[in-house]
Amino acid sequence: MKGGDEEVATPAGPPQPLDWKFSKVFGERIAGEEIQEVDIISAIEFDKTGDHLATGDRGGRVVLFERTDAKDHGLSRRDLERTDYPISRHPEFRYKTEFQSHEPEFDYLKSLEIEEKINKIRWCQTANSALFLLSTNDKTIKFWKVQEKKIKKISKIIADPSKAVGNGNVASSSNSNSPKPFPTNGVSPDRSCNHLGNDISFPPGGLPSLCLPVVVTSQETNLVARCRRVYGHAHDYHINSISNNSDGETFISADDLRINLWNLEISNQSFNIVDLKPANMEDLTEVITSAEFHPAHCNMLAYSSSKGSIRLIDLRQSALCDSHAKLFEESEAPGSRSFFTEIIASISDIKFAKDGRYILSRDYMTLKLWDINMDSGPVATFQVHEYLRPKLCDLYENDSIFDKFECCLSGDGLRVATGSYSNLFRVFGCAPESTEATTLEATKNPMRRQVQTPSRPSRSLNSITRVVRQAETLGVDANGNSLDFTTKLLHLAWHPTENLIACVAANSLYMYYA
Amino acid sequence: MAMINEPLYPIAVLIDELKNEDIQLRLNSIRKLSTIARALGEERTRKELIPFLSENNDDDDEVLLAMAEELGVFIPYVGGVEHANVLLPPLETLCIVEETCVRDKAVESLCRIGAQMREQDLVEFFIPLLKRLAAGEWFTARVSSCGLFHIAYPSAPEALKTELRTLYSQLCQDDMPMVRRSAATNLGKFAATVEAPHLKVDIMSMFDDLTHDDQDSVRLLAVEGCAALGKLLEPQDCIAHILPVIVNFSQDKSWRVRYMVANQLYELCEAVGPEPTRSDLVPAYVRLLRDNEAEVRIAAAGKVTKFCRILNSELAIQNILPCVKELSTDSSQHVRSALASVIMGMAPILGKDATIEQLLPIFLSLLKDEFPDVRLNIISKLDQVNQVIGIDLLSQSLLPAIVELAEDRHWRVRLAIIEYIPLLASQLGVGFFDDKLGALCMQWLKDKVYSIRDAAANNVKRLAEEFGPDWAMQHIVPQVLDMINNPHYLYRMTILHAVSLLAPVMGKDITCSKLLPVVINASKDRVPNIKFNVAKVLQSLIPIVDQSVVEKTIRPCLVELSEDPDVDVRYFATQALQSSDQQMMMSN
Repeated sequence: MKGGDEEVATPAGPPQPLDWKFSKVFGERIAGEEIQEVDIISAIEFDKTGDHLATGDRGGRVVLFERTDAKDHGLSRRDLERTDYPISRHPEFRYKTEFQSHEPEFDYLKSLEIEEKINKIRWCQTANSALFLLSTNDKTIKFWKVQEKKIKKISKIIADPSKAVGNGNVASSSNSNSPKPFPTNGVSPDRSCNHLGNDISFPPGGLPSLCLPVVVTSQETNLVARCRRVYGHAHDYHINSISNNSDGETFISADDLRINLWNLEISNQSFNIVDLKPANMEDLTEVITSAEFHPAHCNMLAYSSSKGSIRLIDLRQSALCDSHAKLFEESEAPGSRSFFTEIIASISDIKFAKDGRYILSRDYMTLKLWDINMDSGPVATFQVHEYLRPKLCDLYENDSIFDKFECCLSGDGLRVATGSYSNLFRVFGCAPESTEATTLEATKNPMRRQVQTPSRPSRSLNSITRVVRQAETLGVDANGNSLDFTTKLLHLAWHPTENLIACVAANSLYMYYA
Repeated sequence: MAMINEPLYPIAVLIDELKNEDIQLRLNSIRKLSTIARALGEERTRKELIPFLSENNDDDDEVLLAMAEELGVFIPYVGGVEHANVLLPPLETLCIVEETCVRDKAVESLCRIGAQMREQDLVEFFIPLLKRLAAGEWFTARVSSCGLFHIAYPSAPEALKTELRTLYSQLCQDDMPMVRRSAATNLGKFAATVEAPHLKVDIMSMFDDLTHDDQDSVRLLAVEGCAALGKLLEPQDCIAHILPVIVNFSQDKSWRVRYMVANQLYELCEAVGPEPTRSDLVPAYVRLLRDNEAEVRIAAAGKVTKFCRILNSELAIQNILPCVKELSTDSSQHVRSALASVIMGMAPILGKDATIEQLLPIFLSLLKDEFPDVRLNIISKLDQVNQVIGIDLLSQSLLPAIVELAEDRHWRVRLAIIEYIPLLASQLGVGFFDDKLGALCMQWLKDKVYSIRDAAANNVKRLAEEFGPDWAMQHIVPQVLDMINNPHYLYRMTILHAVSLLAPVMGKDITCSKLLPVVINASKDRVPNIKFNVAKVLQSLIPIVDQSVVEKTIRPCLVELSEDPDVDVRYFATQALQSSDQQMMMSN
């Protein structure tokens, strides 16, 4: 495996570089349209099968999308196999439903406002054709069930109106959604019947004049999202991650200093498994930035820190996992230290590859791929936007240096992707010998800005810096494109089985396939 | 409009409310499902009500849960066991819902119905249902199916039995850990119905799979299976197959599994019998007592006494006692606390000499523990040691410990020790109490925290019960009554409360001569809160004292209070007067 600035030019290894095409955009910005703060998407996640995608926004809403291409066709797998399509099909998604997951709150004890912004969404095991997901803002995690419900109407079919089957009631038909349905048995609901004891005797054949409400189920369905559980009051700091365990019964939530373990069915207690809080807060040197369970081993989880390290912990070892099983960090190159070294080393996101052997991490400047069997250093490092290195000072001043970019891996683990500024995102091949490194822009024409990065030996870095410096004054980057620190592509997700990337530019969701 | 006869009316309401908007009303109707069924009659219940309920499977969980529960006892309402099968479809759909508690209840009800069904019906209806669930698309169905095998299996013909065993073994290897967990949980129940030859082969191989599961959560449930299976197997098979598993589990990589072993140890020992326990499980247990993980040591420490009871005292002294000594200075306070809560029970097992020689130093060191829970736990079980060696040997250390706890800055600790004072008093005897503890009991009445004062008042009453009115007259009542002059009204209130508690114990003579005057006096207090409490206390004294006293002393005082400028005082005084009127009417 090879790290560093790869060139896009010629494919060297077996996996061909992917040719990315625009698939779809949701919530596209019309030119000149002002972006509403609440519409900015802040979380994105595919479910395990890839049939659904969820996004969360700063307004506390969760929007669900569903895959349409496989479903609409109505063909069985065998039929699909028989029909030998050339290579026309790619996953397509459509809007499914949305619901308000979180509302702004106020913590009266601490006099703190709690934003409704969704920080993370995680899908849970589906059961019973309903969809389940966890969503969290800074403090409270919620467990949602989204289910298609057939619209039911309560009505009474009366065979003989004169005889009034409905226990003497005038025929009434009412939607169960209306505030006060007519009772079928002709009584007002406020009459209490608690005096009914079991001692009343009924004739052996029953009372023929009584009848049951008739429910008419229509073919119409609507999606209903119901909050099943609220896991609250367990985090003093802001929750940055939630992650499901492969055992299907537990999940973790991580804030800056602690990681808690929950049982999905128990919302009033959680177990603290990692606690970085020092006795004296002045001794604090690092915070947790991201945490994730291993995809298959229920006992392993990884968390990253602001110091640039990833710790793998084994829940089997002890109940409190303050001591790690493995530590992954890159030793610093001597002499390269600067004021920004520590800031840009901070890891903003980690993801396990599907097989659980590799962990992908994103720090400010690079993507790193780690083999969990090798803690001496990353197996590959990809420079995301090396041309920004000379501008770290500006980025520090406008706080951009603290932006938290997410990263993702393809389902086959052969490629990785992450975002950058100017709504750009990059896809790298991480298979051995791969030199794939593509830059795309989150627009309808993703390759618009893509310039063949001239292959350059790393020795010539100085000259490039100079180019960048010049470009800076003009407000353009090394490729001659203008740089915009306000348009940053922080969130993106790779479809679990297909080459499809969903990424977020402010309030728009773009999808690309290859 | 309603043409319904009046008696039918409530039933009609109930039926209508099965579909009401308000979940409380729906719940109420479901809870009275049996009434509805009786009103409809057996046939219409079978033909209309049950199908209606089967459709009603997307209601709120609370309603579904209630429905699952009601259906479990519904056989009489559908016409007896020969019609029991009509109840299966609605419960089958409830077995698939995603809410665990609803599924569990549905399974429970299915088991209850299945246990009453006729054999041919089981084969015709119950077993097909079970097979459908076990092959269900959603894991929820498969999870539920695991809990039904033990009902279906005994009635199944030979061929079906083989099929059921195969099905169960598939469930033990299901892709979903939830299903495997359910299979592990229910294995013991299922195994109990399986014939011995199959038990040794089929069930043991399923058990084997589960004990090697990757998921900790599955393996730890298999620990429980050890105990259940061990009881079913012949002793030699148990030793051959179960014992090694237990020993392995006790060294599992996952502390949660070891924790389960520590927790279940007693049951496991019972399963394998005393001899293998001594030879194989003692070393395993010793390892658990010395486990790296505090949680495991907590569980193990809590079982020390129970475990030693299986061993003879010699083995216990030789193997377990050294560990106990280590645990008494464990770095985790929770371990020490768990140990302290059971260690007193070891005294009867070890006998007098060993207790004095070996256990006493441990007791004493735990009594000086820095963590109050540890000390409290020792004190709470004092009676067990008292029987073996008498209290004298301990009392030297006991008193400082009690005093320290009594003055602990955490009020919950103080509260806990107050709870134990009557026990201590009975164990230590009147003499000791008079000397040392009496003052403490009075001091608590003046505590800054209400809960403590409240408990202290109660404590005074319990002491009076323990040692009798005569003793209380000497050692409690004067001291308590003295405090009625405390400048702070909250403390005066505590005394009034104590008086009302003491009065029934002390009897009418002392109440009239000592307690009542104090209360009457307090009715002149300047604080209205005291005055209305006086009214309340007087009301409580009315049944205790003679009618003449009520007439002569209590009522005049209440009448006066009922004209008080303060509205609350007037209210409670009037209430007390009314109750005294009632009292009079009843006695007349």
